[in-house]
Amino acid sequence: MSLSKNVKVVAKGEKEIVMTRSFQANRELVFDCFTKPELLKRWLFGPDGWILSLCEVDLRIGGKYRYVWKREENGTEMGAGGVYKKIDKPELLVCTEKFEETWYPGEALLTNEFVSEGNRTNLIVTILYESKEARDMVLKSPMEGGVEQSYNRLANLLDTVSISQESK
Amino acid sequence: MRYKKSTSDQLDATFFALADPTRRAILKRLASGEVAVMDLAKPFAMSQPAISKHLKVLEKAGLVSRVQDAQKRPCRLEGKPLEEANRWLEEYRKFWEIRYGHLDELLEELKATRRPKRNSSKRKKE
Repeated sequence: MSLSKNVKVVAKGEKEIVMTRSFQANRELVFDCFTKPELLKRWLFGPDGWILSLCEVDLRIGGKYRYVWKREENGTEMGAGGVYKKIDKPELLVCTEKFEETWYPGEALLTNEFVSEGNRTNLIVTILYESKEARDMVLKSPMEGGVEQSYNRLANLLDTVSISQESK
Repeated sequence: MRYKKSTSDQLDATFFALADPTRRAILKRLASGEVAVMDLAKPFAMSQPAISKHLKVLEKAGLVSRVQDAQKRPCRLEGKPLEEANRWLEEYRKFWEIRYGHLDELLEELKATRRPKRNSSKRKKE
């Protein structure tokens, strides 16, 4: 498996980022992989050495989910969870997301859209974050050129990136 | 995702410095060139001492330096730590790339096991 840029991350609107990725499967399957603990555990763990040790899903509107990742080497844990806001299988899954140990304030609202394209599924994840202030500052400040793009991207991601344990 | 300790410390400092909208705005301002502290305070509804406090954080993180030989000691943006931070964010994207890579493999396996059998009467369509 190559690490070519299959995942795209772009800014949208005032306080959103959008991540897209295409999968070679129908959306029922992809949807299941996002909502069934036994399947989530098999892919949502990240780099080598990490496992999704706890995965609880109460798939109904108002129902909660909770994930705990664990680094097997030293037992480091990281938890995240949220509430399902909208479930429209197999097209749409909207939930909140809050990391238990993080330096960015508030929680994010995640909208997962599963769009069919032939026998592929395009996943569109829109992450809406609370901190509009930062984005407004970005918009107000007159900047040009590539530096701006790079800083905008940085500023946008700073409000959503939450794998801070990776840098410790 | 694995950085040496020194890099990790630098990232902590960088992200701490960047985790404030005023400091990010200061960096954006400096990206277009050197600016004196007095002029730097102008676009913000803040006093010069307040701006100086933010500058100290940025200086400590190595994101901003003060030009020595000029009397006004204007502030200058130091790009290297930001490059480092950008590289870290690229790692974040890769993090998802890896996860989705796992998902690709899982989907292949599921497709194989869920595929209707040749003689299955439950088959809905060709």
